[in-house]
Amino acid sequence: MAKKAKNVVVDSEKQFDAIRKEFQTFQILNEKGEVVNEDAMPSLSDEELKELMRRMVFTRVLDQRSISLNRQGRLGFYAPTAGQEASQIASHFALEKEDFILPGYRDIPQLVWHGLPLYQAFLYSRGHFHGNQMPEDVNAFSPQIIIGAQYVQAAGVALGLKKRGKKAVAVTYTGDGGTSQGDFYEGINFAGAFKAPAIFIVQNNRFAISTPVEVQTSAETLAQKAVAAGIPGIQVDGMDPLAVYAAVKEARERAINGEGPTLIETLCYRYGPHTMAGDDPTRYRAKELDDEWEAKDPLVRFRNFLQAKGLWSEEEENEVIEKAKEDIKEAIKKADETPKQKVTDLINIMFEEGSWPYNLKEQYEIYKEKESK
Amino acid sequence: MAQMTMIQAITDALRTELKNDENVLVFGEDVGVNGGVFRATEGLQKEFGPDRVFDTPLAESGIGGLAIGLSTQGFRPVAEIQFFGFVYEVMDSISGQMARLRYRSGGRWHAPITIRSPFGGGVHTPELHGDSLEGLMAQQPGLKVVIPSTPYDAKGLLISAIRDNDPVIFLEHMKLYRSFRDEVPEEEYTIPIGKADIKREGKDISIITYGAMVHESLKAADELEKEGFSAEVIDLRTVSPLDIETIIASVEKTNRAIVVQEAQKQAGIAANVVAEINERAILSLEAPVFRVAAPDTVYPFSQAEDVWLPNYKDIVETAKKALNF
Ligand SMILES: Cc1ncc(C[n+]2csc(CCOP(=O)(O)OP(=O)(O)O)c2C)c(N)n1
Repeated sequence: MAKKAKNVVVDSEKQFDAIRKEFQTFQILNEKGEVVNEDAMPSLSDEELKELMRRMVFTRVLDQRSISLNRQGRLGFYAPTAGQEASQIASHFALEKEDFILPGYRDIPQLVWHGLPLYQAFLYSRGHFHGNQMPEDVNAFSPQIIIGAQYVQAAGVALGLKKRGKKAVAVTYTGDGGTSQGDFYEGINFAGAFKAPAIFIVQNNRFAISTPVEVQTSAETLAQKAVAAGIPGIQVDGMDPLAVYAAVKEARERAINGEGPTLIETLCYRYGPHTMAGDDPTRYRAKELDDEWEAKDPLVRFRNFLQAKGLWSEEEENEVIEKAKEDIKEAIKKADETPKQKVTDLINIMFEEGSWPYNLKEQYEIYKEKESK
Repeated sequence: MAQMTMIQAITDALRTELKNDENVLVFGEDVGVNGGVFRATEGLQKEFGPDRVFDTPLAESGIGGLAIGLSTQGFRPVAEIQFFGFVYEVMDSISGQMARLRYRSGGRWHAPITIRSPFGGGVHTPELHGDSLEGLMAQQPGLKVVIPSTPYDAKGLLISAIRDNDPVIFLEHMKLYRSFRDEVPEEEYTIPIGKADIKREGKDISIITYGAMVHESLKAADELEKEGFSAEVIDLRTVSPLDIETIIASVEKTNRAIVVQEAQKQAGIAANVVAEINERAILSLEAPVFRVAAPDTVYPFSQAEDVWLPNYKDIVETAKKALNF
């Protein structure tokens, strides 16, 4: 006779099963680039599909060049992006110019595609404040260093956009590690409470520096954290550009229609080290795992998809690669030509002009003298 | 004796206390398998196991709260904040909670916690990594704030910090991690918290400082010597509480003093030292006590760092201002 089930107040198995059922990974293109979810195909023209590919290829080249420039000592702080092109570029591809981006330190590509001139991205890397000065028509903060801080701020940007009646959204990015911060929960909860038009994108590349996502949380997916905030959440194959695009596009529509924020987890991988400042992934990542993820590469997948449609050729790809190299060369030249940053420049931007306190006024004179030598 | 860098001396101190006291726990972001982003905890998880040396989820406030909670169960937490610029994320746990635990529980609970954290400029880190925020910590009653300037001091002070029954903020200057080696005994020893060290004796002026500025000050003392001035260099080692006896005895001997800090000038440790000297030894002074400090901006974007940070030339110049007053 079957044992009578113990009476329990909380049936945790049932709870977890329900969550598991609702948080399946969303995919449109499989690893070979075949469409496995025709119903969800976003309506993108052939030209748009090609543009998305161009941007991803450009971004891969930018990453490779940035790494080698860093090794030559010609760039400073840099967090590699290869492996995250679908997460970064396809999510950005679903946005509009008037949308506001709150990026993390790894999200330079989205800023560049949102309008930050490349030479400024390089200045950011070199620790020059002009790299943080977004042009007037670029709605974005410079990359956030404090993990999670951008989440609470995104709720504020989104609420502001809503109050102003703008048809625009706030989009913010962190990694998997970022979802452990209090700011993450506060941000998604605030945005949910105010039905603010925000999109929270968690790029789950499986590691926060050396710490695997399994150490961050007992939750099986990061997307399910949306449930606690009462907002929609989805886990997406972050190596599939079409799935990422479709998820963000839909989230944007919901937000614009007054239905509030969405949490999107993109499953991806960073092929390179955490940053170029001495991180050694072989200390904490098995080669097999690297191989497993590189087999899911977003560029390979999308190239196969486009080629099957007769939309992409090797020549076209080479053109993009050459163009990227050319643009990077020019941008580095322009960064080199930018006047060196001075301490007096920094004193000047501490407070609004005309309201400088006595100490800064005195120090301005001292450093002007020092810097004139 | 072994030759050790500061980072090795710190690992050695952690190993010593993990061995000595089974209640010592070492945790933080990436301190386990990775051995910390600077390798301060290199090999410790392997040696002592993941129950005693472990990675936490990425949340500084969580790390601070965990430390407080663990201390109620008799543990002696040694928590790492990966860079001290992230301390704002854990300000409530530190200043709002652990600093007051003994006080607000009338002694029923206390927080034998050590918070270790790298800080300091000159190594071209991104924003909020290099900031000198010890002044912020020193403002908080209930905390002790320690900043070693040599590998030898680092080991002895860290062991004392871990054994201390109240919270200690232990700040490790990144530039000093591997810049030089020092004779460090392999056996255990302690250096008392709250005790300054005269790094160089002199009779004409006292240069009172701590952290990386100790080395700039020693360089400045060499320069001053060439010009016929004998400078005494005092390394505070603990910036809160101050070693008032050593400071005042030195000032009474030299009759002149300057205070050097890497942090911005406004408020901060140097201002406090000047105030203490003013209240206790003003009649011994032949000149005002000047400060050498960074300008009052946010810590600079790295390209301007080298000009922004105080250096030995600034110290020589200010010392001469006091000497020639
Ligand atoms: C508040 C805060 N704590 C710690 C760090 C140090 N840190 C920089 S990146 C990082 C890991 C972040 O991992 P994740 O959020 O997964 O993003 P990823 O780097 O993988 O893109 C850590 C711990 C920081 N920058 N800010």
